[in-house]
Amino acid sequence: MIAAAAKIENLDRSSEALPLLSVRSLTRTYGTRIGCADVSFDIWPGEVLAIVGESGSGKTTLLNCISTRLEPTSGTISYRMRDGEMRDLYQLGEAERRHLLRTDWGFVHQNPADGLRMTVSAGANVGERLMAVGQRHYGRLRATATDWLGRVEIDAGRIDDQPRAFSGGMRQRLQIARNLVTAPRLVFMDEPTGGLDVSVQARLLDLLRGLVNDLGLAVIIVTHDLAVARLLSHRMLVMKDGRVVEHGLTDRLLDDPQAPYTQLLVSSILQV
Amino acid sequence: MTARTQASSYNFAYLDEQTKRMIRRAILKAIAIPGYQVPFASREMPMPYGWGTGGVQVTAAILGPDDVLKVIDQGADDTTNAVSIRKFFERVADVETTTRTVDATIIQTRHRIPETPLREGQVLVYQVPIPEPLRFLEPRETETRKMHALEEYGLMHVKLYEDIARNGHIATTYAYPVKVEGRYVMDPSPTPKFDNPKMHMSEALQLFGAGREKRIYALPPHTEVVSLDFEDHPFEVQRFDKPCALCGGGQVYLDEVVLDDRGGRMFVCSDTDHCESRRAEGLRGELLGEVAQ
Amino acid sequence: MISALIVSDLAKTFKMHLRGGIELPVIADAAFLLRPGQCAVLGGPSGAGKSSILKMLYGNYVANAGQILVRHRGREVDLVRAEPRAILELRRETIGYVSQFLRVVPRVSALDIVAEPLVERGIDRPQATRRAGDLLSRLNLPERLWSLPPATFSGGEQQRVNIARGFITDHPILLLDEPTASLDAVNRSVVIDMIAEKKETGVALLGIFHDADVRGAVADTIIDVTGFAPHRRDA
Repeated sequence: MIAAAAKIENLDRSSEALPLLSVRSLTRTYGTRIGCADVSFDIWPGEVLAIVGESGSGKTTLLNCISTRLEPTSGTISYRMRDGEMRDLYQLGEAERRHLLRTDWGFVHQNPADGLRMTVSAGANVGERLMAVGQRHYGRLRATATDWLGRVEIDAGRIDDQPRAFSGGMRQRLQIARNLVTAPRLVFMDEPTGGLDVSVQARLLDLLRGLVNDLGLAVIIVTHDLAVARLLSHRMLVMKDGRVVEHGLTDRLLDDPQAPYTQLLVSSILQV
Repeated sequence: MTARTQASSYNFAYLDEQTKRMIRRAILKAIAIPGYQVPFASREMPMPYGWGTGGVQVTAAILGPDDVLKVIDQGADDTTNAVSIRKFFERVADVETTTRTVDATIIQTRHRIPETPLREGQVLVYQVPIPEPLRFLEPRETETRKMHALEEYGLMHVKLYEDIARNGHIATTYAYPVKVEGRYVMDPSPTPKFDNPKMHMSEALQLFGAGREKRIYALPPHTEVVSLDFEDHPFEVQRFDKPCALCGGGQVYLDEVVLDDRGGRMFVCSDTDHCESRRAEGLRGELLGEVAQ
Repeated sequence: MISALIVSDLAKTFKMHLRGGIELPVIADAAFLLRPGQCAVLGGPSGAGKSSILKMLYGNYVANAGQILVRHRGREVDLVRAEPRAILELRRETIGYVSQFLRVVPRVSALDIVAEPLVERGIDRPQATRRAGDLLSRLNLPERLWSLPPATFSGGEQQRVNIARGFITDHPILLLDEPTASLDAVNRSVVIDMIAEKKETGVALLGIFHDADVRGAVADTIIDVTGFAPHRRDA
């Protein structure tokens, strides 16, 4: 009970502190066309933020800008580094930026082939980030990889198989393990359940939910699936034509949508 | 016209002086940044790619009339590739050639480092087919160059990890990656890993030329060269059960030679000069009636 | 005595953008307060807006006007103007909610669903699971069901999982949206006992109960929602 109380106190302190990531007036244009415009939000440790909207609404542009994969036209994105300092991501040197991407961040792609090395074994896929930060003990790398395969429900006997031999759901789970092995603080996910069978989706969502809770991850997840947003996220940003039309608590936004577009989106969900 | 006069119409050492200067600039830069691959404007040479065009251009650029040239291929002076390159420089540069490691000032090599330790003032020129150690893991050159620039070498260990996972030990036996002066990861060309320790703190200058890939890199004398490994799977060189069948030499790299079609075989020094020098001193292996050392 | 929650001038109007922007006012000028250790019950016919009030108090519905002052960490916080993050904090620490229906999560067992709020508050999993088990057995949910996801449970079984999940924490304010609707008499009385225990520990409760017996057993005050109906003012 005392340990629990101490943990809650820690939560309190961190909630007073600076956000993990802070986006201000972010705009990205492609010539005269708007990718995303004037987007601002903050995300704190342990929070899951869903960015929803139809294809073409600018959600992927936004995700790519925040994750430093696409330079914004204007606006700032600052991130609280592990030393506590807020840094403008586009002022970081490339070495710092890439180090951040490999250690403190994760990126889960919709297509696992974009985030995995398809021709090296599952174990090496999981271990790569650790080797990149200097881990040089084969036995320990393998033990960590085995542990992570277990956590994403992949049989330890598949550790030396290449992801080419895996099903879509397994590949996606392997991609998640590969990203989480360095205990990142912020993970980006681009339609992580897209392209999977419904039953496989449910398993993956449940797994993600558990991992996010256990590890206290901050997650920014792009999805067009409101059920995914409902299940995983605390807060939602609804985008249309590159702009944020509504932003709020996920359950509030889905149960009492305010913006006309959000009402349309919510009313379009098929009830099963 | 005789072959001789035809050849003499070429500039000294075949390449024109502008080209040599360009290559020397690349070499100087490579020496200044040990292990870093310097691009250079590789020329067409009168031999196919894969036959040592990179090494030949480096040799041509550093060769002077007083140099003594030795050329080896897989440790041997008498194989086709070695003989033809040696003849090439005899003809286009009129330099003295030798098969003796100790007498050479420049040694061009494919796949071996001589057993006799190199000394100050000697230059070892490697023929390199693929200079990029990250190539097989990351095919994009734009990306591998960034990885070198940012010292992102996790992938090299991924390769070694895969080796152990598949074979129980690091099964890479040649072109075994090394880290130079704690900075650049380098492909030592397809030399056996047996030779890797010889690169470390060598007294000689080591130059690497890749003709098709248009890259030159270098190890200046007394450079730290460390083979990559894992704490629990440390780097090890190949060991041979027996000494050389001809000279009785141990702790050298041996080639397997099939003697007949009934399974007869022998293991002999891959470095022919080393083997011959020992035999000239009267040392004998089991095939020649062993003379104990 | 310090109030746990004070509602004043609260109003709610649904604006239906897909129906030409028509407005449906449901609540106007709602005002009441909750005291620690007491259970207030929202009364009035169905459609009077009882559920909307409860949902506004949990931040699940937007309030269009007014204040919801919540006693949180020793000070008053206006939930109507609170940032989403602050509402999450309120929900984590101060306001608990038992909804009418369980929102099932695929593949998560009943026991884990019940234990989850404790785990989220930093209590270690074995201890949280033990308390979840205590509550489920008290609510007579057969132990063989504990390890199963409640998707296939009956309405009453799901409701009991839901109640256990809502009662497992020690939130100082607890909102109850017809928690006993699909329960049999035995389990209804268990819930009545559990509400009484919450009151004893100083929790302020606000509920909607259709069952007159339950209402009678738990209510310290009845808040008549018909008084907050917007059309009254128009008349």
